[in-house]
Amino acid sequence: MKAYAYFPGCSLEKMALSYHQSALECARRLDLEFQELDDWNCCGTTAYFAIDQLLSYTLSARNLALAEKKKLDMVTPCAGCYKNAYFTNVTLKRDADLAEHINEALKEDDLHYAGTNQVYHLLEVFCNDVGVQEIKKRVTQSLNSLRVAPYYGCQIVRPRKDHEEVENPRYFEDLIAATGATPVEYQLKMRCCGGSLLITSRKAAFSMARNLLQNAMDNGAAVIATACPMCQVNLECYQQQINQEFGARFSVPILYFTQLLGLALGASPKELGFGSELVSASAVLAQIRNKETSTTQSPYIRHATS
Amino acid sequence: MDTRPTFYQEITNMMYATHGDPISTCIQCGTCSGTCPVVEFMDHTPRDLIGMIRADLKDEVLASNTYWYCASCFHCNVRCPAHIDIADLMYTLKRYSIWKNQYPEGLIGPTFAETFVKMILSGGRSYEPVLAPAYIFNYGLQGFLNEALTATGLLLKGRIPVLPPRIKRLDNFRRMVGHIIPASNLVGEAK
Repeated sequence: MKAYAYFPGCSLEKMALSYHQSALECARRLDLEFQELDDWNCCGTTAYFAIDQLLSYTLSARNLALAEKKKLDMVTPCAGCYKNAYFTNVTLKRDADLAEHINEALKEDDLHYAGTNQVYHLLEVFCNDVGVQEIKKRVTQSLNSLRVAPYYGCQIVRPRKDHEEVENPRYFEDLIAATGATPVEYQLKMRCCGGSLLITSRKAAFSMARNLLQNAMDNGAAVIATACPMCQVNLECYQQQINQEFGARFSVPILYFTQLLGLALGASPKELGFGSELVSASAVLAQIRNKETSTTQSPYIRHATS
Repeated sequence: MDTRPTFYQEITNMMYATHGDPISTCIQCGTCSGTCPVVEFMDHTPRDLIGMIRADLKDEVLASNTYWYCASCFHCNVRCPAHIDIADLMYTLKRYSIWKNQYPEGLIGPTFAETFVKMILSGGRSYEPVLAPAYIFNYGLQGFLNEALTATGLLLKGRIPVLPPRIKRLDNFRRMVGHIIPASNLVGEAK
């Protein structure tokens, strides 16, 4: 059983509790041990960088030090926390002066960061460490060709970390296909949903979310799978307001990819935090339970892809 | 002899100091502007803005809404043929304008960023309800009501915490922050 230091992040405490529950449930069913960091703090998100970059690095460094104390690599399900922790780690390893400065501050909490561990997003752990083939073997409940749009969003893919594919990655599609669902191909899968502008520039955020929802619908998605709590809130919780703003009639369930993966691994909807959606996911659950519907087309489809 | 750095030099120096790439390698190709998902809401495209900085148009740059509309999606970053960290440039301009207290009026961004920082310093974790007053009154009555409805929906589904979360070793945490921003107003107010 491989172990990781698990950093849930603030959203997963309440707003995205279903992501937390389903992430842990999937990990358990894939024989991974997730040890939650003791007394972790906010990663700083995007708002912090606007004010003070040094403080932002310090906040993430404290979480990295907590993980290092466990002698484990860090995994986080939140795309924002992931980006901050990943790049803090890279920067501290590269800049000894900065690391020394921050380690002075960390002393106040009896912590020290030497930079011996790695940072992974949950999606990476499932796709790379466990592997899509292994996950496929463990699927006990096929998702019946459910049309799932994998939404990568921004911060899992960008900024570029090494020489990896940033224009058209395929690992999310592969994971969805492994569950028996059909990954939907659509152009905006890595386009920003506008979540980080939701409060500061609402008009822009709604417009970006509308474009994304429309593009997924046009390509026949029955559900959008996310790997980021900010995207989930923007696309789901504000869907009603987006409908009002644009006179649209979206009713698209936005689920965490772990909720779908969990169903395929045999977990119950309750174990995966279903029931807290603002856009009902009952049609999704019905299709998975009922094999007869598996061949029918998505009711949301507007025009078939030629 | 006047040795004061120009605006262009100030901005590139800030980016050097925080590990960003300077913008002197920009070839004005416009790939960033063509890629940006928010460009239609900006009064200057990212390409424009870089050109304006290089021309030392300080007042025009700071009065622009462009850097506050950046969503930090990093799409321009991965496509820039000159490998400029454009998102970091936008962060740099945000910091610069907050320091100088010089940014366009009517934007929620600057207030929101500061409210957010104070919130983290007070409990060590993020707590959404504290953020609402920073923006909710800018939306007009209909926006206010819509937001209240969304919040109610979330509350009924148990997705908004009633009490702000607090980390256990908060005193240590605050002293740690005090090392980074000594005697800061932000820390003082948080206590």
